[in-house]
Amino acid sequence: MQAIEFVAPTTVDEAISALAAGGGRARPLSGGTDLIAQLQEGRLALDTVVDLKRIPELMAISISGDGLTLGASASCHSINANQAIRDAFPALIDSTHLIGGTQIQGRASLGGNLCNSSPAADSIPNLIAHSVTCNIAGPNGRRPVAVEDFCTGPGRNVLEDGEFLVSLDFPTPPANFGAAYLRFIPRNEMDIAVVGAGASVVLSDDKSTIQSARVALGAVAPTPLYVEEAGDALAGQPVSEESLAKAAELAKAAARPISDMRGTIPQRKHLSAVLTQRALRIAIDRARGTKTVDELGRLNGHG
Amino acid sequence: MAKKIAVETTLNGEETVFLCEPRQTLLEALRDNLGLIGSKEGCGNGNCGACNVILDGVLVNSCLVLAPEIEGRSVVTIEGIAEDGELHPLQQKFLEHASLQCGICTPGFIVSAKSLLDDNPDPSEHDVRLWLAGNLCRCTGYDKIVRAVLDVAESDA
Ligand SMILES: Cc1cc2nc3c(=O)[nH]c(=O)nc-3n(C[C@H](O)[C@H](O)[C@H](O)COP(=O)(O)OP(=O)(O)OC[C@H]3O[C@@H](n4cnc5c(N)ncnc54)[C@H](O)[C@@H]3O)c2cc1C
Ligand code: FES
Ligand code: FES
Repeated sequence: MQAIEFVAPTTVDEAISALAAGGGRARPLSGGTDLIAQLQEGRLALDTVVDLKRIPELMAISISGDGLTLGASASCHSINANQAIRDAFPALIDSTHLIGGTQIQGRASLGGNLCNSSPAADSIPNLIAHSVTCNIAGPNGRRPVAVEDFCTGPGRNVLEDGEFLVSLDFPTPPANFGAAYLRFIPRNEMDIAVVGAGASVVLSDDKSTIQSARVALGAVAPTPLYVEEAGDALAGQPVSEESLAKAAELAKAAARPISDMRGTIPQRKHLSAVLTQRALRIAIDRARGTKTVDELGRLNGHG
Repeated sequence: MAKKIAVETTLNGEETVFLCEPRQTLLEALRDNLGLIGSKEGCGNGNCGACNVILDGVLVNSCLVLAPEIEGRSVVTIEGIAEDGELHPLQQKFLEHASLQCGICTPGFIVSAKSLLDDNPDPSEHDVRLWLAGNLCRCTGYDKIVRAVLDVAESDA
C-alpha cells in the first residue's frame, strides 16, 4: 500500500475538518472491508484515511420512540448481537448476517456498505424497504437524504467533499409491519449477489389487506433500485398470490441488469420477479407474526 | 514516507508498544514489526481467513485492519491461544484428527474456531461450517477440521 496519513478524530466536527482538508484525497474509514482492500490492491489512491470509529455517535445504536438510530460505523457483528434490534427490526438481520463471513461481519458496517455504493450491496435494498433516512454531516452542517436517493452510480453517491454519513435513521415500524431481504448466489456463503430483493409491507388490522408496501432490488441497475410502482400496485390489495405476482412482474419490468460473469440479463430479470415475490411472502408472514429470523436464514442458504 | 507512529496495545494479554507506518496493515505489523509470524497472508483482501485474529473479543481479518487502528485495543493472535506452554484443546484435536496438511490455513482456522467456541460452546455441525465459511483450505477438504472443532466442543461438554 502507498504511504498514507492516519487520523482518528473523536468528534464529528474534527472529522469534517480532516475530510475537508484532504479534499478528494481523504476518505472515511469504518470497517475497512472495502476501503483497505481497495487500497491494498491499488484500486484507490489516498493521502489520508480518517477513522470514524472513535466518534461515539458513529458507533451508537439507540432505539427510542422515534425509531432506531444506527451509527454509520457500527459493525454487523454489533448489530447481530443487539437483542433490541433483533426484536424490533428482525429483517435487518437478513442483511447483516449474510455480508461476508463471520470475520467480515466483525468489522463491516452498514454505513460502509451504503457509502461504497456497490449496486450489489446487500444492505441497501433492505434499508430502502425500511424507509431509512441518511443523516449526513459536512462543512455546511447536517442534511437528511432518503436512502433510495443516496447512490448515484456504481461506487458513486450524493456525498460532497468533506461530507460523511453519521447515522442511518429507521422510523419506528407501524403496527402490522413486516420486511425481508433475500439474495441469490450460486454458493451458500461468501459471494456477491446475482440479484437481491428487499421488501416491506404494512397490513390492515385484520391482516387481510396490504395497506402499503415497498420493494427494492440489488444488482440489476447501476444503483440499488427502488421500485416504487411495485409497492404502489400492492396498496389496497388483498393479501394474495395474485397481488404479489403482479408486484413481482413490475419489479421484473423495472430491472435493467447487465450480463456478466455472475449472471445473464434474462436470468437476472427472472430472479427479480422470483425474489420479489418470495421476499414479499416472508414480509407478510412476519407482519402476521408467523416467521422467524432463523427460518429466513435457511432460505438465504444458512441452513 | 509518512512518519512512523507508536501504537500502544494489549497483545496476547501483554501491554505492547510498537512502531508502524500508517499504511501498514495489522497483519504486516504483526509479522514484520513484531515478529509474530503465526498469522498468515493467503490473499491480503479478506477472502481466505489465514490472517484472522481476535480484536476486542471479535473475530476479524488482520489484513483488513490498519495497524494504527488497534491503539488502546486488545488483540489475540494464534501465538496467544496456547496457555502456559500447553497446546490449546483445539490445537491438540487438530493434530489428532489430522486437520492440516500444508498448514498455511491452520492458524486462521484455530483462531476462528476459538472465537466460535467462546461465542457458542455447543455448536452444531452447521454452526461450525457457517462460522468457518470465511476460512479457506486447499488441502484437507474441511471435514477433518469440522470434526476436530466438534470434538473439542463435545469434550468440553
Ligand atoms: C471477503 C469479503 C466478502 C464480502 N461480502 C459481502 C457481501 O456478502 N455483501 C456485501 O454487500 N458486501 C460484501 N463485502 C463488501 C464489504 O464488506 C461491505 O460493503 C461492508 O459493508 C463495507 O463496510 P465497511 O464498514 O467495511 O466499509 P469501509 O471499507 O470502511 O468503507 C467503504 C466505503 O465507504 C466509505 N465510508 C465508510 N464509512 C463512511 C461514512 N460513515 N461516511 C461516508 N463514507 C464512508 C469509505 O471511504 C469507503 O469508500 C465483502 C467484502 C469482503 C472483503
Ligand atoms: S490474508 Fe487476510 S483474509 Fe486472506
Ligand atoms: S492445510 Fe493446506 S491450506 Fe489448509
